[in-house]
Amino acid sequence: MDFLHDILIARLNYWIYVILMMIGLHAMIAKNNLIKKLIGMSIFQTAIILFFVSVGVKDGGTIPIVSHHGHDDAHAETAHADDAGEAAGHVDGHGEIDPDAHDNPLPHVLMLTAIVVGVATLGVGLAVSQKIYREYGTLEENELLEKIRSTDG
Amino acid sequence: MKGLAFIAVLATGALLLFAASDFPAWGDKDSPASRHEISRHYITQSMPETSVPNMVTAVLADYRGYDTMFETVVIFTAGIAIIGILGVARFTDRESLEPRAETEPGDRDMIVINTCRLLIPIMQMFALYVVAHGHHSPGGGFQGGVILGASFILWAIARDLPTALRGIKPRRIVFLAALGVVIYAGTGALCLAMDARLLDYSALHVFLPPEAPGAVPNEIMARSHGMLIVEVGVAFTVSAIMFGIYTYLSTMGRLKGGL
Repeated sequence: MDFLHDILIARLNYWIYVILMMIGLHAMIAKNNLIKKLIGMSIFQTAIILFFVSVGVKDGGTIPIVSHHGHDDAHAETAHADDAGEAAGHVDGHGEIDPDAHDNPLPHVLMLTAIVVGVATLGVGLAVSQKIYREYGTLEENELLEKIRSTDG
Repeated sequence: MKGLAFIAVLATGALLLFAASDFPAWGDKDSPASRHEISRHYITQSMPETSVPNMVTAVLADYRGYDTMFETVVIFTAGIAIIGILGVARFTDRESLEPRAETEPGDRDMIVINTCRLLIPIMQMFALYVVAHGHHSPGGGFQGGVILGASFILWAIARDLPTALRGIKPRRIVFLAALGVVIYAGTGALCLAMDARLLDYSALHVFLPPEAPGAVPNEIMARSHGMLIVEVGVAFTVSAIMFGIYTYLSTMGRLKGGL
């Protein structure tokens, strides 16, 4: 039971990413259609993005944006300290920012750019498949290989 | 062949799940990623060092500015690659920008067109807000750029592609995308010219007006403003390339017809 709890319950999020990744990987390897391969690539990317973002999560943490009201002068700092309890302790009594109260910003940054770059690479992939379709009239891998072999031979 | 692929995928998944038992649990504050000094530094020091409350923006555009600069270049390159693969746009071909003969703009659904007419300015204003307010709330150049690009795409779907392309010509898509990279890299180069390191925005403090007593020092404010400039550059590139990808993919590079 302990084993099951450790592997399955406490780390259920990793199961989801690994299963998503397996779906994507299988689509990329086994599917015959180039568009389906690209869909698999997108699912794979989604798994990686979810994995990275989940690494940055902290219990009781909030979004990695410092709670602030206008510009921080001394007055604002005391106001912060007053509502610190209600605001999950973003800023403690000395105006220090508590690292445990904010999620880790680094995975967010990495995935933010990865999402947009993923869209761009998917666009390039679709452009290549369109070009292939215009040249050979098919997107099925086996038919493509046959046509390429027959034109070579 | 398919069975072999399935076995390979299962083996990979099993290995990863086996490794996952060593991974930190959900929400673990003491996970290696969170305990590492660099992420603590980002959380506690980004506000004092850059005067930007949104740590994601501060890390994206300042601490990891070099990385983000080349992410922008990657997006630009992807756009150029799509244009190159799907055939060179006939930039001077006036005929290709004429509306489709079979569906004149008037044939399109009036409700759709008028709804988009109301919706698109609000979308674009929200996109500008997301770009400009990315320091203080969730947002930034990538997100705002995508919203801006989506508004162009919505216009191209609601009317037809030639109508949208008369507003933003194919040549201008490439120009705007390149302009974004130039803004980003130019800001970095300007820092170099100020005898600082590449993308060290604090060197730009000489352009700011003298600071008021008790306010945030100019060196720190310059980093905040420098981030805004590069975010605007990112937004230019991303929005232009998003619209470019749509125009080329939806017409297979012919820039005629489309959805």
